[in-house]
Amino acid sequence: MLSDLGTSVAENVAVIQREQRRIRVHVRLFGDRVFNLVTIALGSTILLLLAALAVVLIVKSTPSIEKFGLSFLVTSDWDPVNDVYGALPFIYGTVVSSAIALLIAVPMSLGVALCLSEMAPDWLSRRLGFLVDLLAAIPSVVYGLWAIFVLGPWLRDHVESSLGTYLGFLPIFTGPHVSVGMLTAGVVLAIMVIPYISSVCTDVFRLVPQTQREAAFALGATRWEMVRMAVLPYGLTGVIGAIILGLGRALGETIAVAMVIGNSPQISKSLFAPAATLASVIANEFAEATSDMYVSALIELGLVLLGVGIVLNVIARLLVAAVAQRRFGEER
Amino acid sequence: MELSVESRGNYVYRKAKSDLMMGVTVAATVVTLLPLFLILGYLIVKGAASVNWAFFTHMPAPVGEKGGGMANAIVGTLEVVAIACMIGVPLGIGAGLYLAENRGARYSSAIRFAADVMMGVPSIVVGIFIYGVVVHPMGGFSAIAGSIALAVIMIPLVTRTTEEIIVLIPHELREASLALGVPQWRTSLSVIVRSAMSGIATGVILAIARVAGETAPLLFTAFGNNFFSTSVAQPISTLTVQVYTYAISPFPDWQRQAWAGALVLTVIVLALELGVRWFTGGPAKSAH
Amino acid sequence: MVHRRAGKIRALTMADKLIVRRLDAWFKNVQALRDINLSFPENNVTAIIGPSGCGKSTLVRCLNRMHEVVPGARAEGEVLLDGENIYAPAVDPVQIRRRIGMVFQKPTPFPTMSIEDNVAAGLTLNRISLPHAERDRVIEKSLRQAALWEEVKDRLRRPGASLSGGQQQRLCVARALAVEPEVLLMDEPCSALDPISTARIEELLLDLKTSYTIVIVTHNMQQAARTADLTAFMYQGELIEFGDTRQIFTNPVRRETEDYITGRFG
Repeated sequence: MLSDLGTSVAENVAVIQREQRRIRVHVRLFGDRVFNLVTIALGSTILLLLAALAVVLIVKSTPSIEKFGLSFLVTSDWDPVNDVYGALPFIYGTVVSSAIALLIAVPMSLGVALCLSEMAPDWLSRRLGFLVDLLAAIPSVVYGLWAIFVLGPWLRDHVESSLGTYLGFLPIFTGPHVSVGMLTAGVVLAIMVIPYISSVCTDVFRLVPQTQREAAFALGATRWEMVRMAVLPYGLTGVIGAIILGLGRALGETIAVAMVIGNSPQISKSLFAPAATLASVIANEFAEATSDMYVSALIELGLVLLGVGIVLNVIARLLVAAVAQRRFGEER
Repeated sequence: MELSVESRGNYVYRKAKSDLMMGVTVAATVVTLLPLFLILGYLIVKGAASVNWAFFTHMPAPVGEKGGGMANAIVGTLEVVAIACMIGVPLGIGAGLYLAENRGARYSSAIRFAADVMMGVPSIVVGIFIYGVVVHPMGGFSAIAGSIALAVIMIPLVTRTTEEIIVLIPHELREASLALGVPQWRTSLSVIVRSAMSGIATGVILAIARVAGETAPLLFTAFGNNFFSTSVAQPISTLTVQVYTYAISPFPDWQRQAWAGALVLTVIVLALELGVRWFTGGPAKSAH
Repeated sequence: MVHRRAGKIRALTMADKLIVRRLDAWFKNVQALRDINLSFPENNVTAIIGPSGCGKSTLVRCLNRMHEVVPGARAEGEVLLDGENIYAPAVDPVQIRRRIGMVFQKPTPFPTMSIEDNVAAGLTLNRISLPHAERDRVIEKSLRQAALWEEVKDRLRRPGASLSGGQQQRLCVARALAVEPEVLLMDEPCSALDPISTARIEELLLDLKTSYTIVIVTHNMQQAARTADLTAFMYQGELIEFGDTRQIFTNPVRRETEDYITGRFG
């Protein structure tokens, strides 16, 4: 009897504990499920945002796309008064200003990256890298302000006059020297993208295995020959990725360019002349755009910018990832 | 003594070339850093003259009047950025948590890819997007539109840093917590997020520094306002847009104010960057 | 007593190709080598053995001034190549490494270069323009010396990284030989290789010693016994015993050497 009672109590306790555990497990599973749902929802917003971004731009630029078709991209008439829009001057301005920027920024960035990865001792390299990062932190409106009042006039008085004197036979270096124009915009862009390109290049060069450097040194290479033999070939894909990343930055940079490029929807031979970029014309005209077609045309400019930006970004990331991949491949 | 097997001239040439090229890399670094010091120098010289108490407490003066300040723009920037954080930080951290907890999953790869692509979208395009989905339906420019635009820029930055920080947490820590019977969601929230807190905070602050300096996405969202306003439904003035407007104006008084505003803006942004690095002990990799 | 000492460490012979005198080396503040004195005779294979961390790799890397490539590393003392001190202030390590080649623990082909470009890599540094035929001749000769020619002669333009691990290591040997060094240093060249590749490299050593002075670091005592004429045993940054390989392995003088080769530690 007693023992029966004992077993039944024990059984009851066991049942109760089992139930409690079951409930707790349920609560736990429920909690996990809620948590998973919440985070998956938050994660999904990123996909949604990107999709919405593309859809909104496409929908809003549809009137312009339907009216002008492909001629939008290849005609150079930008005439809000007659509601006729051609984006060629801005595409030209974007391409040329970015080209100037890369022409300056790529060698400079490679120099910085090699200095940080191959020349400077560790403690100095970290500090210099920090200063380069600060350069990336300065707001673009501050770059623009400085370029309007300091860099532009300096370029006009010193660089443009020398270029005009010595290389004036080239059409790109003709015309009046002014402080706002394509050249100033390109130089500001160069200063702004150097930190991006150089920091990716520095990372890429640091991924080059030390054994590669030692192999070159052991053959009797000088430091520069070692760089040419081991560092640059190994990091080449990553460097190209970094350059494309920088190009993406330069194409999309808005405010600093809008402040110094002169905002003229014309294609001029001379780099000294004012011009405009896709981003700068949006910044300048969007808030004042009066007709629906005008707004739609400006949004189509943004769509072009978005498309090019996405493509460049994807390519760049794949290339940089390829170097890291190779590194991991070898570690195995 | 002749230790070299190659001709002396050849060796001297190679040596000189190497020294020259490596010297060029050092020169490139110096020239690259020159604008940093020039910009900071000009900001201090030109800006400090106009930064005074009135700059922080007074409203912008009309053209032709001396003095005035950017009280409305300073408050506006703080408000717009604060609201952007309220939207962007939880979203970004949540998404980052999802990416870190489901690293292999195809869906999370898609989200990670989307976040990376978002980081490459020019900020002016984000401005157009928000104009289309917020400003246009609301019937006008507003502080909240500006905040949402900045939040959209913040989200991928916060997401990716959060993910990268959480992934660095040793797996043992998570297993220890799960082994104690702590449910997975509590493990994620308490153990993982808490041990990653300083890293996530770093990412958030760097993202704040980044968006506080944005101008382009605010031009036709928050727009600007010559008067003092804190209403989220009204256009609001921000430091960046104010500096932009003043810088391209033809009036010397406004241009002086632009330098002052740029100085304040730069001090805020660099203070955030430097502060983060100071507290995390050394130059952490930034989220740019 | 005097006799015992002589048996412990082979006396410095001034006629030897490479002579190390009073060599100390550091990583930052940690001393890795302590007063090393030994010499490597020409056309011999000398093995350096010892437990991990004994400084054997550091020693071999000091012989062509590769040690100092590591940040914070430095060396003091003398290393005489044909009687000239390579640590003299006026000497550029670049010139030294041209005469003292090196093969590393892991194969280090340049991944973006073809097989032939890998072999010619060192060559192109020294002679700005080499006639095509001459270049091809050196490539073939080096690959033959490294016993790799037959395996790769039909695919010289394929990337060096496409070869197997053992082939890559022989490619690195060929690359080192192409610049016609006088001394070849090998820092555990077989530790990342399978037994068959290891055997090929060991055969190679015996072929090569007729024209080169070879120093090989190894943690594999059988390898030292099979390939080396002389063997040096190092322990905790010091040279403990150095002499004829047979003597070291059959009749070591020092207790530490005996313990190591009988497998009691390390």
